[in-house]
Amino acid sequence: MFFDLSWIIDWGLLSVISLYGIGIFLPSVFFRNAHVQNLVAHGAAMAASVAGIVLGVAGLLAPTAATFSVSSNLPLLTFQIRVDPLSSFFVLIISLSGLAASQFAVGYVREFENRHSMAALGGLYNAFLLSMILVVLADNGIFFLIVWEIMSLVSYFLVVTEHEKAETRYAGFFYLIMTHVGTAFIIVAYLVFYQQAGSFSFETFRHPPAPIPEGFRTLIFATALIGFGTKAGIVPLHVWLPYAHPAAPSHVSALMSGVMIKTAIYGLVRVYFDFLGGVFPWWWGFIILTIGAVSALLGVMYALMEHDLKSLLAYHSVENIGIILMGIGSGMIFQSYGLPHLAALGLLAGLYHTINHAMFKGLLFLGAGSLLHATHTRNMEEYGGLIRKMPWTAVFFLIGAVSISALPPSNGFVSEWLTFQSLFLSFQIPDLLLKIILPIGAAMLALTGVLAMACFAKAFGISFLAMPRSAHAREAQEVPWTMRIGMGVMALFCIVLGLAPMGVVPVIDRVTASLTGISIAEKLVSEGGFALAPAPDKGFASISTPVLALLLILLVPAALLMAAVIGGRLRKRFYKTWGCGINLKPRMEYTATGFTQPIKQVFDMIYRPTVKLETEMLEESRYFAKRMRFQTHIEPVFQEYLYDPVVKVLQKLADRVRVIQSGSLHVYLAYIFVTLLVLLLWVR
Amino acid sequence: MGPVSVMIESALITVVQMVVALTASPFIVGLIRKVKARLQCRQGPGWLQPYYDLAKLFRKDVVASTHTSWIFTATPYILFASTLTAVLLVPIFLSKVPLNFAGDAITVVYLLALGTFFLMLAGLDAGSAFGGMGSSREAIVASLTEPAMILSIFAVGLTAGSTNLSTIVHKTALLQGIVTDPPPHLMALAALFIVTLAETGRVPVDNPATHLELTMIHEAMILEYSGRYLALIEWASALKLLLFLTLMSNIFAPWGIATEREPVWMILGVGVWLIKICGLAVLIGVIESMFAKLRLFRVTDFLGLAFILSLLAIIFFYILRG
Repeated sequence: MFFDLSWIIDWGLLSVISLYGIGIFLPSVFFRNAHVQNLVAHGAAMAASVAGIVLGVAGLLAPTAATFSVSSNLPLLTFQIRVDPLSSFFVLIISLSGLAASQFAVGYVREFENRHSMAALGGLYNAFLLSMILVVLADNGIFFLIVWEIMSLVSYFLVVTEHEKAETRYAGFFYLIMTHVGTAFIIVAYLVFYQQAGSFSFETFRHPPAPIPEGFRTLIFATALIGFGTKAGIVPLHVWLPYAHPAAPSHVSALMSGVMIKTAIYGLVRVYFDFLGGVFPWWWGFIILTIGAVSALLGVMYALMEHDLKSLLAYHSVENIGIILMGIGSGMIFQSYGLPHLAALGLLAGLYHTINHAMFKGLLFLGAGSLLHATHTRNMEEYGGLIRKMPWTAVFFLIGAVSISALPPSNGFVSEWLTFQSLFLSFQIPDLLLKIILPIGAAMLALTGVLAMACFAKAFGISFLAMPRSAHAREAQEVPWTMRIGMGVMALFCIVLGLAPMGVVPVIDRVTASLTGISIAEKLVSEGGFALAPAPDKGFASISTPVLALLLILLVPAALLMAAVIGGRLRKRFYKTWGCGINLKPRMEYTATGFTQPIKQVFDMIYRPTVKLETEMLEESRYFAKRMRFQTHIEPVFQEYLYDPVVKVLQKLADRVRVIQSGSLHVYLAYIFVTLLVLLLWVR
Repeated sequence: MGPVSVMIESALITVVQMVVALTASPFIVGLIRKVKARLQCRQGPGWLQPYYDLAKLFRKDVVASTHTSWIFTATPYILFASTLTAVLLVPIFLSKVPLNFAGDAITVVYLLALGTFFLMLAGLDAGSAFGGMGSSREAIVASLTEPAMILSIFAVGLTAGSTNLSTIVHKTALLQGIVTDPPPHLMALAALFIVTLAETGRVPVDNPATHLELTMIHEAMILEYSGRYLALIEWASALKLLLFLTLMSNIFAPWGIATEREPVWMILGVGVWLIKICGLAVLIGVIESMFAKLRLFRVTDFLGLAFILSLLAIIFFYILRG
């Protein structure tokens, strides 16, 4: 080979770590000017992201995994790093998103420059990216937990960047607690491994001296699911997402929603398919699939009712994590029935959706950031008509909206289609119940897809179309080039992932082949590299997004030509919209609340809406209203029935414990002494 | 035959299919109107009226709202192109359409959704409350029909072992020309019929003949359109109707469709197909005359029925097969 891959991996890894290191420390140490700090920090992040892309690609191409190890003075801890296809794939996702988000950040954080410490913001941002890279590269339990914790803490600090707002502090606090609950469960899972394997090295997790007993494997399954599930935002552990993701600066939201929650997907795949060797009973996959379907459906349903654009996007992350888990869950079911081809297909669908979601959700969050930058509000009801003020942002947001709605020929369509196929191929499972249940999952996926489309018709239509609904929107201006380029890069990634699935599938196939032992790329890519056809014996079905795109692109001018031939030259007149005889005002436009009202009414079992309508009538006649007050509210079911009781119990317990908390230093010293004594006696 | 001539042949068949669909679709719309008129003891407009309407609309001036953006202008073309692309993936007179590798049943559903998405945006674009109302209602109708549509096609796809429409039609046509597992497939057919009524904006879900603000769905979304834009949208709607009727007739009873690329059989296939979809169109006309439009929030029950039917179809399929 022209380049030596292992050489590239060595240097890629070194330059990623050192460039992020520069980004972390250089701004605060050497520069005083906030703008220079901004440029240095995000410039370093971009350079590191490019290095990360190289590292990811090299790691995916390398025939064998590369490992690095630095021992430490602490017991049990070794800084072990392993570059294998799975981790390389996630390094690639993180770096692609990091590249676009860093470019966007250069323009976006300019308005933070005078209000916040740019050294801190830029440094933390770099630390956040580096910690995510290390999470997916770590090859040692303790090392993993350390970088995992750093990732959580750094993202917490980034969430509370605008800590002068009370709601941001609340969001941060909520996030901090939830993420630590999750980490606790991951620690339990790793401790079980340690107890069975005798070491924290992932290599021994993979090959424990004696097989792990069934009960302990189930314990690992459950704790890893809860632990990583909290970070991923599966229902019902999703409640922190709609608080934390909107509170963070938008380029950080893009990374949190697009990439950070994916580290949890990485963790789940790593534990189930790698550590546990892909050997598990069918009901594990069934649980993952069910959680995925419920998360997808509830995520999109709550997103529909959300009118804060960034919260809406956060709920869509819950939805998309659900779709990813549906792919992975169906793969796990196939794996347990000894159908490795289909297992690889399900896993591939999940991982394809993982990279797609990182790109379009990142793009949409950057778009939302641009709107926030231009209007200083996140409330959709105050937008409107922005397509004329911000034409570039509108186009990029539309690309993201089409992708997340899985409309052909977008990237979201490709991965959702693969997920559909892996659910439909369930007819090969020799179990009647699963054969019936998996198509129900497909129906839920279909419902999710259409509701997402409705939600983004709302998000795009209310925000960008018609007339401005507020002074904020009237005075909005297009965002600077630095931000537009960031969005453009993300949009480009989306388009490439959509139109070149035959190039993407073999790449992801290297990941799934390393986990399931079976390569399906050749079976998947057919028709001379134009179409995808997922089936063990070709011909179940196929799609070709390039051909679809070509047809759509060819038929539009054909329609134009046809119209010209039949109707001659286009004569177009402009006139204001008919408003039933009175001048149309923005207040008469359809609102986001109004748009989703039918959906709220149809699914009122889930939303349990409360409506308060107070009408004050004219004294002369009870048929004419003088004033009306309308309030509507959706019951936050999970907070009310799941979290509040737990919090109440915890508070009660805390009250009890207060008895021993005297506040006197001497008493605490005595406690420590007594504890030490007891421990010594116990150890002896 | 060499591969080049095969490719030319495929391109030719694709173009013919496009022309056939474009030509036949206004006729079906006219046929339904005629049936309704006769059931109301009226003569009704002539058979060629839909063609005259389209030609007239194409020649008329366009009046656009000053509030609209490029979305408003692009939507008719996107809708027309996406619907026509979907039509090219559906077997009409030849069981294996040349473009069958480009998309399956799910692709057809999502291509139609692409058009719906842009229509919903266009409804919001002019800033009129009517358009918004139409888009909002279209959102709920679409979200309830699409799962049922995917499941009902899958119920038939199970027999053929494929979601590829050409494979489904081809295998059924070679076997006995009509669906092989009557109980589940009839349920799926019933589900698809309900979906057809909803997706093409027919009574009892929507009324294509109304412009009353409280009841319209599809017509409300396109209220601001005129001239050639309206012509393209009307033609696309007619194509969509044709597509659904073709799906019902050719998936469930592909009898008479050409299974090989023989000109004689293909011409015969066009004839048989026309008879089948005309029959279905008459049925729709009769239903439109017999039933009243449902209230919007009753529509959900009606569409829920389609979903349950298609789900039952799958369950029955497995239970009967054991």
